[in-house]
This record gives sequence, structure tokens and C-alpha cells, in this order.
Amino acid sequence: MQTRRIRWHIAVFLAPAVLVYTAVMIFPLFNTLRLALFTEVDQSRIYVGLQNFRTLFFDPIWSEQFWNALGNNFWFFLVHMLVQNPIGVALAAILSHPRLRFAALYRSAIFIPTILSFVIVGFAWKLILSPLWGIAPSMLDAIGLKSLFAPWLGKEEYALTTLALVSVWQFVGIPMMLIYAALLSIPEEILEAGEIDGITGASAFWKIKLPLILPSIGIISILTFVGNFNAFDLIYVSQGALAGPDFSTDILGTFMYRTFFGFQLQLGDPHMGSAIAGAMFAIILVGVCIYLFGIQTRMRRYQL
Amino acid sequence: MKRKVLCLALMSTALVTSAYAQEATLTIESWRNDDLALWQDKIIPAFEAEHPGIKVVFSPSAPAEYNAVLNSKLEAGSAGDLITCRPFDASLALYEGGHLTDLSDLEAMGNFSDVAKSAWQTDDGSASFCVPMASVIHGFIYNKDAFNELGIEVPTTEAEFFAALDKIKEDGTYIPMAMGTNDQWEAATMGYNNIGPNYWKGEEGRLALIKGEQKLTDPQWVAPYATLAKWGPYLGDGYEAQTYPDSQNLFTLGRAAIYPAGSWEISGFNTQADFEMGAFKPPVQNAGDTCYISDHTDIGIGLNAASENQEAARTFLAWVASPEFASIFGNALPGFFPLSSTPVELEDPLAKEIVGWRDECESTIRSTYQILSRGTPNLENETWGASVAAIKGAESPEALGQKLQDGLASWYAPHQ
Repeated sequence: MQTRRIRWHIAVFLAPAVLVYTAVMIFPLFNTLRLALFTEVDQSRIYVGLQNFRTLFFDPIWSEQFWNALGNNFWFFLVHMLVQNPIGVALAAILSHPRLRFAALYRSAIFIPTILSFVIVGFAWKLILSPLWGIAPSMLDAIGLKSLFAPWLGKEEYALTTLALVSVWQFVGIPMMLIYAALLSIPEEILEAGEIDGITGASAFWKIKLPLILPSIGIISILTFVGNFNAFDLIYVSQGALAGPDFSTDILGTFMYRTFFGFQLQLGDPHMGSAIAGAMFAIILVGVCIYLFGIQTRMRRYQL
Repeated sequence: MKRKVLCLALMSTALVTSAYAQEATLTIESWRNDDLALWQDKIIPAFEAEHPGIKVVFSPSAPAEYNAVLNSKLEAGSAGDLITCRPFDASLALYEGGHLTDLSDLEAMGNFSDVAKSAWQTDDGSASFCVPMASVIHGFIYNKDAFNELGIEVPTTEAEFFAALDKIKEDGTYIPMAMGTNDQWEAATMGYNNIGPNYWKGEEGRLALIKGEQKLTDPQWVAPYATLAKWGPYLGDGYEAQTYPDSQNLFTLGRAAIYPAGSWEISGFNTQADFEMGAFKPPVQNAGDTCYISDHTDIGIGLNAASENQEAARTFLAWVASPEFASIFGNALPGFFPLSSTPVELEDPLAKEIVGWRDECESTIRSTYQILSRGTPNLENETWGASVAAIKGAESPEALGQKLQDGLASWYAPHQ
């Protein structure tokens, strides 16, 4: 039996990426998790085990904020799943229609917000929705619906949904592009074969195209999940670190930022901040695992 | 190698020149980079003219980076001789870390009241480590033209205040009061801590709260929330989403009649507004009551313990504590009021009006800044939220007081 030669070139070629990735991603990740096990007493760092997590989950002051942020985060995610992804799929289906004119124009126009900075999106929408100078109230006024206007970003009950919809507006281009690409890859023969069997128009979409793009929708869902649970920028830009009004837009990202770096007179607490970051990591990990092992492995795939 | 030679050359030149002229150069660390011109053109020349042996360099860094930059410079031993002090805990930490010198023995410290010094003292008040430079005062700025047009007298009591607001609202030309709750801090800073001292009797209440003798559920601490709850209807349409710059613009564009203010707005308003402005202090409950104002200490200056020019630095600090400095500083930056007990003649009419309240009223500082915002939950941040909730009427004043008290008692021993 021939002994296998050690293939050094694999290690050599992997090394640069592994080293860089370790230095900027893996090491900080584990160091953050480690930091969560410590606390600071009288300017010296001491090991406290899981005490920070106990505080986070069971201390009434901390846990109230944590569950509030987590709940808001789920709502934020739900709005994206219910609004962004169906709209994305619908737009892709319309765009892939062979007889649509100016498809390239629509595609670019819908995709452009995705490449804008959060800061621009946040400020632009804040101005649009401003009750004082915004165009939203005057536009509603022009069609006689002024009574429907409310200072949405300032009301506890609407602020989070409003911001989620702004985020949907910004990112709807991504599911649209991914689904669009998936739709284009469906061979004409399959659709023609369906047509011969009498499946045309909308039913062709539901019965042929949708099952074929389901894996892409799965990928989009998991991207949305990870993106939403890591979200921070839009809320921070438009509502500040206190995620007002009355923490109604507070999500895990802003909660972590406020705790880690401090705010106004509140001094930063890197250890509790790391504990929150650790909890975020765990939530995302569990979510991704559920998807990978529970859903993706059971998804039916078709050979095209 | 080259650098070493250069260093040596520079050092020898420095040695030679200092031996020759017997000069000390003082470097000031500061976050006020906006004030660079003022220091270079006015303050430093005035000092150097009197003290020919001492040179002063003002070396500011960006406000947001100041604390971090200063800390690393102090650790590395490269910080300037004089340190501009943030109020309360940030500077206290520097003193406790041995970076700031105790200045209690500086004779000129006698020029300041206890309130003025409180921002830069140890908790027991035994050591003062920064010379107070400036404070900001809270009150209300109003549009004089609007008041004349509607025939409204400047209100002094709460009843008159709300009567005036009613009248402005009825007329409808102006938004009665320009304030929003979107950014939250205005509600606490220009709302609660503006009108509050009249209820909790300034320092008396503030100190009692710190000692644990009063609670945030006591009527004097809850009543300001009840008053704030009455503000809501007088703020503009959609005030819930109105931001701080929105409010400033509403007022300076002449669309609002009253602006709950901090005096730092003065220079900005002077350039923006083309109508005449006046100011009135937070209204008292009954005519003739003693009035209390929030005269919040904001900037101080201290001595780096590692400085090699201790004597020269003390000379400079003594000068900063003098009326002469106060008059230059106060006039160059209307709205940032010098803290020395000797009254300063200010030229800006609005600033003059506001600083005049110090003679009529008792001064205090914001209730949440000293000691009480050290723990979690942070009382200052909680007060922001509570003030907003009060204005919106989301919760009753009593419930808000109870919530704040519970939060404070959860970590602050004197309240347990």
C-alpha cells in the first residue's frame, strides 16, 4: 500500500486566507466570547463564569431590555420575511417576463437603494417622513388623506414597523436579483413542456417556477435572518443609540452598542456588552442550524 | 539614526533657548476645537502680555475623541501641562488615577461658589482638581415680536406661563413652543432639569437626593413630570418625530414663539434669527417664590500631575480663575458663562439677560449628573425616557417616579 504524500501545497495556498480570517474574524469572535465571562471590579478584571449571562437573562432590569430587544428583532425579521421577500419574488417574476419593456431600467432602479449608505437612507427617510418639512404629509394632503398621516417615527406603536419598511425598501433589490437569476436559469424546455400539458401563465409560475426557485428562497430567508439579527446601522442613524421612542425600536444590535460603548453619562461595560454579543451569536447560530439541518436537507431538489 | 540626530539637535536648541530666555511653555489639552481662534487671538495674548516668561499653546483634539486621546496621552506621559476637564465622573477618574493635581490650595479657588466647584471635586468635597471655567444656564428664549404682536407679558409664574401658551395657541399664528421628543434628551435637559429645580429647591433637593434623604417618588420630584405632561398640546404637530435641529429651525425661522433653551444656543440663534429675542427663567409656582435655575457646570481646567512646569501652570490657572479671564471668555462665547463669583459685564443682550438670573435666583446643576448616573440602569438615560413619556402622557407622573426610584435603588446604597 502506498503511503499518501502530505499535500503541502494545500496548506500553503490556504494559509493567507486562513491567517487573515483568523486574525480579523475568528480570534475577535472567541475573544469576545471570552470577555463575556469576566467582569471588572475596582479596575481589575476578574473571572465570573456565566454570571453576566445570568444577569442578562434573569436580572429584571437587564432581562426586560434584552427580551424587548429580542422581540423587536423578531418583528423586524418578520416584516422582512412577509414584505421584502414576497415583493422580491414578485418583482423578479415580473422582470423575467419576456415581453416586459425597460426591464433593465426597472432592475437598476430597484437595486440602487441597496448600494446606498445606511446614513443616507436613514436621513433621507427621516426627512421624507418629517411632520414639519417632509413631503409625506403634503403628498397625503394632495390626495385628501392628510388624516392618515402620523409622526410615525415618533410613535411607539409605529416606529419599528416604519423602520423595518424603510429597510425593506432599501434591500428589496437583493431577493429580487437572486430570484431573477434563478428564474432565468430555468430552461425553456420545461416551461414549453408544461405549456403543452396546458399549464400556462400564473399556474406555470406556481406549479413549475416556484418549486424550482425554492432553494433560492431558502438562501434568501437565511440571509435575511442573519442580516436582521445583526442589524444596527439604520436604527442607530435614525433613532440614536437609545432607540426611541421609549426603546420601541431597540434591537439586539443597538442594545449591544449602548452597553458595550456606553452612552451619555452611562459608561461602557465591555463585559456585559460581550455577553449580549454572545447571545446574538448563539441566536444566529441556532437559527442557521435549524435551517441547515431541519429545512435545507429536506428540501426537494430538481435536476435541471 | 537620522531621527536621533534631529532629536538631539532639537533638544539642544530647546535647552539653549530655554536657558537663554528662562521660559516655560504650557500646552493645553482641550476638546473645544471650535474655540481655537478665540484662544489664539484673545485669551493667550492677554495672558502672555501679563506674564512674559510663560508661553501658552492651545492644542485641541476632536470632541468625540478627546477622552480617549487624553487618556492614552496621559498613560504615555505625553499629555500637555493643562487639561481641560469634562464635568463629573470622567475627570474624577483622572484625579483618582493620579493624573490631575489637587488644586484645593490654589488661592484663586476662593473665587468660585461650591456649586461651581462641585463638578470637579471628590464625592466628599475634600479635594478640587479643576478650575471651573464655564457653565450653561437653562431657561426659555422667546420671540419678542411674537409676544408684542399677541400682547403677551413675559410670564413669571406657572399660571401665567400656561396662560401665555393658551393665548399663542388660540391665535394660531405661531406654534406655542418649539420642542420635539424624537431625540429624547431635550425633554430631560430642557424640560425636566429646566423647570425641576423650582420644585425640588435646587441644591437642597439635589443633595438630599444624593444622600438618600429624598426619593424620586417624593412630590417635589414627581411634580415636574406632571407639569411636563401639560406641555404636550402646546408643542407643534407631530412633535413626537421632531428632532433637535427641527426645533432650532422652527424657532429661528420665526414659526414658534417659545423655545425651552440652554444658553449655548445664543450664538447660533443670534446668527440665524432675524427677530428680537428675549429670555425668561423657568416660571415659579406662586408669585414671589424663590426661583432656582439650572446653572450647569460644563468646562473646567486642571493641572497634569506629571507636568514639569507646575509653577507656571499654577500661575496660569490662577489667571483663569480671575475676573479678567472671565470677561474675555464670557464675551467671546456668549452663552458659556464664566463661573467666578465676581459678576462679569457681558455685551450680548440675551446672554446678559440670562446671566442676570444668577443674582435673582439660586443656582443648581442638573440633578442626575453627580454620582447618581454611575450605575445600571443609568439615571440620566432613564430620565430622558421618563420625560418623553410624561410629555406624551404615556405614563402617569407617579408611575414614572416609581420606575426611576426602583432603578436607582437597585444599585445606589443610600436609597436601599
